Amino acid sequence: MSVESPILDIINLRKSFGGNEILKGIDLAVHAGETVFIIGPSGSGKSTLLRCCNRLEIPDSGTVRVDGIDLGHAATDINAMRRRIGMVFQSFNLYPHMKAIDNITLALRRVSRKSRPEADELAMAALAQVGLAEKRNAYPAELSGGQQQRIAIARALALEPKVMLFDEPTSALDPELVGSVLAVMSDMRRAGMTMVVVSHEMRFARDAADRIVFMDHGVIVEQGAPGELFAGAQHARTRAFVSQLER
Amino acid sequence: MERFVETFLKLSVITSIWPKILDGMLITVELGIVVVISGLALGLVLALVRTAQIRPVNAIIVVCVDVLRAVPPLVMVLIVYFGLPNVGLTLPSFAVLWLVLALVLAAFAEEIFWAGILSVRRGQWDAARSTGLSFIETLAFVVLPQTVRMVLPPLVNRTIAITKNTALGTVIGVPELLNQATTQVSFLSNATPLTMAAIGYLIIFVPVVLFGNWLEQRYAFRKA
Repeated sequence: MSVESPILDIINLRKSFGGNEILKGIDLAVHAGETVFIIGPSGSGKSTLLRCCNRLEIPDSGTVRVDGIDLGHAATDINAMRRRIGMVFQSFNLYPHMKAIDNITLALRRVSRKSRPEADELAMAALAQVGLAEKRNAYPAELSGGQQQRIAIARALALEPKVMLFDEPTSALDPELVGSVLAVMSDMRRAGMTMVVVSHEMRFARDAADRIVFMDHGVIVEQGAPGELFAGAQHARTRAFVSQLER
Repeated sequence: MERFVETFLKLSVITSIWPKILDGMLITVELGIVVVISGLALGLVLALVRTAQIRPVNAIIVVCVDVLRAVPPLVMVLIVYFGLPNVGLTLPSFAVLWLVLALVLAAFAEEIFWAGILSVRRGQWDAARSTGLSFIETLAFVVLPQTVRMVLPPLVNRTIAITKNTALGTVIGVPELLNQATTQVSFLSNATPLTMAAIGYLIIFVPVVLFGNWLEQRYAFRKA
């Protein structure tokens, strides 16, 4: 593997639901340490694209490679690969019957085969990274939305992923809680994590993104650095969408 | 009043037949335990099999479950007990009652477990699978623990309701509590044994109801 090869490589990806083509041949390469924001109107296929990147959705055709390994290949152990692909969801999806720390250690113990002390140690490190070490014994229902989302990030981080997928990580949060989650994401970016983020946080995208990808109707309309895309989008659709968000 | 006491609470009857009533209670408890264990276990297994989404298998489960839920247990007890010997299969009455009640409980339990599994949000599956847990691991560690907490109240109610059907044993001669009592009623021409049976059922099932309540509280979700 050369240094140049992308961590996440999506080639001609297609996906339909009941005759409705959601992804119409997507090509996207994300390199190590890059933060890519995917924006676009609802129904444009952003979330489906993200879910195809760890095969929560099985694409109809096309290829997704993570760290050079084709996820769709018959010989690929998808569960082993998913450890390398962290995912954070809009609705947090913490396990409500488990304490924060057990939410994090479950996959460490079952998938990574760590002993309980080892898993606890890694989980505490991840909790510290998101600033919630003191909440180790809290149940999800005892935490704010922002705290739950940070625990969810820690759950993915503890598995030491090569790439993190964020599916509208702040859309379900009260406005005053958004900042704490974005701060954690900024820290991760500084630490060199590769991130693909579906988000409507345009101000954050402008500051944190290396590249912004605009999707509409299942295709990538255009992409570029935040400055380029916000100031001088090539396509009318992109301009219309961006101006709408900035209003 | 005297006649009432004479009919339902005759002291001489109580003192002479209580060992038989006790024997009956023992059989009822034994039957109840084996029915609850095998019925709930089978119901859970069927619900788990159903999660595999194999169409023909699921269709068979759904049909069997609907039949078992629709036909009165008494009818099934009679069919199995009096019908099976005609095809060369004679089961002891205890086994017949166990089989029928366990299957009925399994049918209801399957539906309850299945509804519980379905009500766990898809996001829970997504989150667990995205960390690399397998389907089975997700079911075992994430989905089922939530399911069991959710379905405990209906499951406890249904289990008690079906376990009380052990009284049907009386029609096929299982020497359980009601059978012992009715036998004594015909010997003694006095209803006191039935009163004793009713008290016996209270002694057996009130603790079960209390245990069910305790279980529901113990495993309810912690709320903030």
